[in-house]
Amino acid sequence: MSDVVVRQCPGGPLLVRGAETVLDDDGNVHEVTRPVVAVCACGKSSRKPWCDSTHKSIPSTR
Amino acid sequence: MQLPHERGPVSRHVIESLRSDRPGAAFFALGPDDVIGDEDVQLALWTIYELHYRGFHGVDDDREWDLGLLTLRREIESRFESELRAVTRELVTGVPQHGDLGQQLLDLVAADDGPSLAAFLQRRASIEQLRDFLRERSVQQLKESDPQSFVLPRLDGRAKAALAELQYDEYGGGRPERLHATLYADALSAAGLDATYGAYIDHVTGVSLTLCNVVSMFGLNRRLRGASMGHLAAFEASSSVPSRKIAGGLERVGLPPAVAAYFHEHVEADAVHEHVASSDICGTMVAEDPGLRDDVLFGAAACLHLDALSGAELLERWTTGLEKAS
Repeated sequence: MSDVVVRQCPGGPLLVRGAETVLDDDGNVHEVTRPVVAVCACGKSSRKPWCDSTHKSIPSTR
Repeated sequence: MQLPHERGPVSRHVIESLRSDRPGAAFFALGPDDVIGDEDVQLALWTIYELHYRGFHGVDDDREWDLGLLTLRREIESRFESELRAVTRELVTGVPQHGDLGQQLLDLVAADDGPSLAAFLQRRASIEQLRDFLRERSVQQLKESDPQSFVLPRLDGRAKAALAELQYDEYGGGRPERLHATLYADALSAAGLDATYGAYIDHVTGVSLTLCNVVSMFGLNRRLRGASMGHLAAFEASSSVPSRKIAGGLERVGLPPAVAAYFHEHVEADAVHEHVASSDICGTMVAEDPGLRDDVLFGAAACLHLDALSGAELLERWTTGLEKAS
């Protein structure tokens, strides 16, 4: 893998392509096992660092 | 897989024709009733489609191109598509002509107020009702993502790369044990059900067959590639949160972890896939060919409409206590 590409989905997660690992808030290393992953951007996911769509259940700030 | 059991004159015609060694099924005129949810017509269509997927034991593979069956398929599809377009027209025309299509697709799903099957499964369903749900979905989930693979050669550039990326994840990312269809089979086995492909074809309802057939119709007709991808976007966008609820319900009644594992996988996977499908696939397709916009929205609306039909049917069956023993 060379370039890592990150895209912010409006009101949703960060879509990350090309990463091999993602670090969470506590510095733990999470292996990337998908071609593209959704990283939590709202801070409310119960599966951080991954998005679990919890942002859909909280009031939108868009 | 064995041929299914007939459920009326149309499926009888198809199944008897496939049992005979003589190719060239005779012409068959459909009756006047709606085909959405009609178990006889939908089983006939499912059987004809299955010739394109895995085929049937004792049926010559070449019957996939039986002109008589293809003629009947087109007649059923024509009715099926017209009915779907009629019931989704209001939803499709309600979406503003201008705006970000990817976001419009997600908004369409968010605004859907269909019955919440997932909430019932999470909080109230009995273990037998949860197993019933797994059976009803088995016909489509054991070939999960296969109908959309037919669309790959019909796309190009960014949309094609995005669909391939999504499908690679659906197909386990190079690990056969992680194929989503295999995860579903593992869930069925762990729940004490038959994981054989097509095992419950004689059991599932006409609406469940309709859910399965709509993705085949969209996937097998190049003209409907926009609808196929719109359906995919809506399906993925209405999966992550419900999957979390269903996993909770399966754990609540004490089914083994392998049953909930399929749904846990979809919480994370579909949180990704909804954005890939809505923006990277559908958004790109429509940006390159604005003529596909209405079909993309049609596919999404058809997904929501049929999901609501199925949800209402299963909730009624479970809450009226009339569920037949299986």
